[in-house]
Amino acid sequence: MKNAISDALVITRRQLLLLVRVPEVLIFSTIQPVMFVLLFRYVFGGSITSGQPGGYVQFLMPGIFVQTVAFTLAGTASGLAEDMTKGLIDRYRSLPIARSALVVGKTLGDSALNIVVLLVMGIAGFIVGWRPTSGIAKIAVAFLFLLAFGYALSWVGIYVGLSAKDARVVQNASFLVTFPLTFLSSAFAPTTGMPRPLQYFAEWNPVSTMVAACRGLFGLENHFGATAGSFPSQHPLIMSVVYMAIIMTIFIPLSVRKYNDAGKK
Amino acid sequence: MKSVVAEDIVKTYRKGNVRALDHLSLDVEEGTVLSVLGPNGAGKTTIVRILATLLAADSGSATVGGIDVMKHPDKVREIIGLSGQYAAVDETLTGWDNLVMFGRLYHLDKKAAIKRAEELLERFSLSDSARRPIKTYSGGMRRRLDLAASLIVQPKILFLDEPTTGLDPRGRQEMWGVIEELVKGGVTLLLTTQYLDEADQLADEIIVIDHGRVIARGTSDALKKEVGGERLEVVVAENHIAPTLEIVARVSGAPASLDDGLRKISAPVTTGATALIEVLRSLDAAGIHPLDVGLKRPSLDDVFMALTGHVAEDEKVELKKGRRP
Repeated sequence: MKNAISDALVITRRQLLLLVRVPEVLIFSTIQPVMFVLLFRYVFGGSITSGQPGGYVQFLMPGIFVQTVAFTLAGTASGLAEDMTKGLIDRYRSLPIARSALVVGKTLGDSALNIVVLLVMGIAGFIVGWRPTSGIAKIAVAFLFLLAFGYALSWVGIYVGLSAKDARVVQNASFLVTFPLTFLSSAFAPTTGMPRPLQYFAEWNPVSTMVAACRGLFGLENHFGATAGSFPSQHPLIMSVVYMAIIMTIFIPLSVRKYNDAGKK
Repeated sequence: MKSVVAEDIVKTYRKGNVRALDHLSLDVEEGTVLSVLGPNGAGKTTIVRILATLLAADSGSATVGGIDVMKHPDKVREIIGLSGQYAAVDETLTGWDNLVMFGRLYHLDKKAAIKRAEELLERFSLSDSARRPIKTYSGGMRRRLDLAASLIVQPKILFLDEPTTGLDPRGRQEMWGVIEELVKGGVTLLLTTQYLDEADQLADEIIVIDHGRVIARGTSDALKKEVGGERLEVVVAENHIAPTLEIVARVSGAPASLDDGLRKISAPVTTGATALIEVLRSLDAAGIHPLDVGLKRPSLDDVFMALTGHVAEDEKVELKKGRRP
């Protein structure tokens, strides 16, 4: 058990070393979300009625935080798929290390990347007028919450990466799923302005639940349309934790098993 | 003592229902080199992956260093080194980064991991490139680094899966040198290759496999004998062909054959150099000056041709990267 943890941390260290050796990864991982912040704040923001005190930027930031964290799934998956095709996974599997070490180490490395990205975005948000009002404790909880969400999702990324044959396919396929899921949600625009059938989808979308939980933690009020009064709309934080638990209960064992079977096709 | 034993291994890949290994058995004597020779798709990588605990066999048994591969894969992993067909190192990291990381994963403490990494870089002539990312390395350097990574804990048993595939001649020579060094150091080596000269150069014993079955086994010399002994070959001018045919046939005791275009006369001989001298004397006495003369020992190519009826490198030599046979 002690070895399992230290082995995982060696892998995490590798992930961090990669960021140092190829700083472009870190730069591009942060530039894209910052661009989203600027785009929505200044280009679309003026036309969206968020109904929030403090303006659209208060509404926007929690949404973009969640979206950014969700998008890192693609990076996790394609990185792992690349290791698979290059035979690196075989090498790890031939080492006398715990079978969980590689995947656990990777997910922790992704969390470290998320910390940096969220920090940079938070600063960018502050510069363009984001001022959460809930107090330092709740803000800290919100960021921990986002990290936990990212951690849960990186297990999905691990599973996808281990199942895939080609890194580029993984990148595109992950985008194909995360893109609509983040946009057909309350992340960027209030669902109350959407057509009613879409409101059902967007409001039941777990991404919206995460965003609502975040908004609550940052001191905003959530407005639901079609599903107002439902459990997720009333208790987004509890529901989000349930979603994360579900994701991890499914994907951690699946990923570890996939890793053990890797190459046994 | 046998360091590696595989008995009656069967492996069928679910996908495509391909029988990769068909009751394959092999063993490697401690401190010797066994080369598994065969074309692509013969099952070479599959047997290595099974012995290195990466893949489970459908049936059969295997021990490595006396440890049952199926029952105690963890213990096997502690005593083996594996270097695969692709240089399995992290391209974005430096050579130093990679070796230190693998050292840590072999549970060396930080200091020991760094020391070992530096030793290995030195030994494989990579010290100068230690701080460069692997992606700037040549193919030969990558393979050497990959091999170094498999030697961190000085394994007694080493599996090398096609260690020189895709390398240029210089890279191959360097790699052979490194492997020969290791063997001198007493490591037991199982090496797969599709290059016949490589098996000839490195192995104490060779097994030839095709379609997952062992089709021949023995030393390089024994295999060559199995195909037939040496042949004596003489090339002469057009007008000397007829008397030369007679002389060669007399010395050989078997009918000589003629390759018209090359004006090459050849016949099997059993007495080697003695037969060569005899033929030269007779030719000299008859006033014939040969243009070329020699004893030809069969190459492993000939061995493969004789055993399987097809040449070793006929199919899918350009195996796509990332595909497994």
